[in-house]
Amino acid sequence: MTIFVKEKELIVPGQILAEGNNYKVGNGVRKDGPYYRSVVFGIFTGSGNTISARALRGKYLPRVGDVVIGMVIDVGLTMWRLDIGSPYEGILFANNATTRKFDPVKHDARQIYDVGDVVRAKIIAFDRTKDPSLTTLERGLGKLTGGKIISVTPTKISRVIGHKGSMINIIKKYTKTNILIGQNGRIWIEGKSMEDEMKAIEAIKLVEKEALRQGLTDRIEQFLKSYDEVKNRNE
Amino acid sequence: MSDENNEFIRVDGRKKKELRPISIEVGVLDSADGSALVRMGKNIILAAVHGPRELHPKHLALPDRANLRCTYRMSTFSVPERKSPAPSRREKEISKVLTEALESVVLTHLFPRAAIDVYIQVIQADGGTRCASATAAALALADAGIPMRDLLAGVAAGIVDGEVVLDLCDVEDKEGTGDMPIVYSPMTDEISLLQLDGEFTIEQFEEALEMAIEGARKIYEMEKEALINRYKIDLEEEQDIGAEAEVGDTSEIEEISETFEGEELETELEEIEPDIEIIEDTELEEVTEHDEETEDDIEEIEVEIIGEEELEEAEEEQSVEEEVVFEEEQEIPTIEEQEPIEKEEIIEPSETIEEEIIEEEVIEPHETVSEEVPDVPIEESSDEMEPIPLTPGEEPEEEEDDNEEASDDVDPDTLEIAELEDKEEL
Repeated sequence: MTIFVKEKELIVPGQILAEGNNYKVGNGVRKDGPYYRSVVFGIFTGSGNTISARALRGKYLPRVGDVVIGMVIDVGLTMWRLDIGSPYEGILFANNATTRKFDPVKHDARQIYDVGDVVRAKIIAFDRTKDPSLTTLERGLGKLTGGKIISVTPTKISRVIGHKGSMINIIKKYTKTNILIGQNGRIWIEGKSMEDEMKAIEAIKLVEKEALRQGLTDRIEQFLKSYDEVKNRNE
Repeated sequence: MSDENNEFIRVDGRKKKELRPISIEVGVLDSADGSALVRMGKNIILAAVHGPRELHPKHLALPDRANLRCTYRMSTFSVPERKSPAPSRREKEISKVLTEALESVVLTHLFPRAAIDVYIQVIQADGGTRCASATAAALALADAGIPMRDLLAGVAAGIVDGEVVLDLCDVEDKEGTGDMPIVYSPMTDEISLLQLDGEFTIEQFEEALEMAIEGARKIYEMEKEALINRYKIDLEEEQDIGAEAEVGDTSEIEEISETFEGEELETELEEIEPDIEIIEDTELEEVTEHDEETEDDIEEIEVEIIGEEELEEAEEEQSVEEEVVFEEEQEIPTIEEQEPIEKEEIIEPSETIEEEIIEEEVIEPHETVSEEVPDVPIEESSDEMEPIPLTPGEEPEEEEDDNEEASDDVDPDTLEIAELEDKEEL
């Protein structure tokens, strides 16, 4: 019934985090006899009575409901394959891309999405046996044009968004850019000028790099504020 | 046995139980998902991990777990005489045994059909490369964020001039009469690789095994420091955040890892990080129990071993036994089984907020599919496909994050307040 590590402490695989039987086994943790052991190299988060460990790096693992940004790598007769930056390719079927009846004899799938297109899609199904299935039928989903795409470690995406979107809202506010985030670590940025876009990218990269730091939101705000002031002065 | 006889000095001036100087660096490559550089004496080993990633060719895919592929290669310049660049029998064998050793700790069942590739390159070899390779590979896997049951630490013990010694260097390996590399997981107290070449008496074997496990524990502590230092340094670059002293002074640790000597290292490490003590205490009990078991196993093997082939067989047997144990343990609920809970939570809030934001700020949409496809019959449906106009309704993800951080009530109305709260929190 003891926890051996502090909140946000760096932990390594196999390390004993807690002992006892009354905690819930969270992400990145396994129960081994009376011990709760980490299975990842990451940071410890013990919210409430759940013992969990969050990896510092790692590939994106699809989850149903996630919105991801992918690139079309293959076009079939009635489907597309998307690289979504995970070990599994995303599959987008025609009936999930258009509400109209799609007849492969009459219609050409390439007219909707072609190889190389960047598509924002939602994962509607995924399990161990099948590749994740995607849809672009919902509002805000579909092909992305213009702007820039960067990718960050998927495990740091939550930090880029911030608590209830605080971080990303600050970046958008000061750089006056539109930013779309995919849970798979890809971020699409479109601003009015190249300068704005580059500044937003710089800010996001800074968040990624210093993800472990406390009070990061304020730091980023400061960082962007100075940029904003310089820009206003020039105008 | 003459355990206290420390007068026995080896070719390179070490004592019987002394490891060579080790330095470990994690995250040295940008191109790989995870990487580690291990120097153990004159050995220099670089390990890189790619994955989990899509498996090609597809027919190698395993339906229930990831295919872990480990490739051990020696550089042509790693040894005094140029080594032929073609993969030798020895390299293939080491690749195979290391793959099996790593499989025993990596939770491959979390990534069915995928591939995890581990590439080990020996830059410079000086005896005991397979042990140092196992150490490097395990660190690279941890660095890549791949779930593992434990880290691995490899070290050899052998017989030189009739004395059992730890961590053989190249000369000792060639001139000595016995060599026994082991790869050991200290936290779970498991041996994932044990090979033996030469002739050991049962007493010598027991002594060597004990010595090697002790050495592996020391290496494990260094691995732990190396992993933690990787991110510690990131944070220390800028000084405004008080280095939260719990992990200890990095500079001190570095010194130690370079010039450590058996016992000194141990005590100093303990001073630096009290956590270790706690863990080890709990460990010790387990260890004694387990040791008996392993010893029994080993005796059986030992009787037969003398030729190398037989050794391999015996080892395989052992690894099979181990695998069985793992499967049982893996039933313990881990990452996967937790996930469904989050999924449910995610879906709801994302819809609510999404709608709201779209009402607020509908900035001109981007090119839509319908624009691009004017002459295709789909045109009529463009209304239905309307969703595609990308309003900056990018917020949907934000709630997902909320779910992770503060899983319950996500009230879209409180977004602004939330910002304030956030500051407090941070």
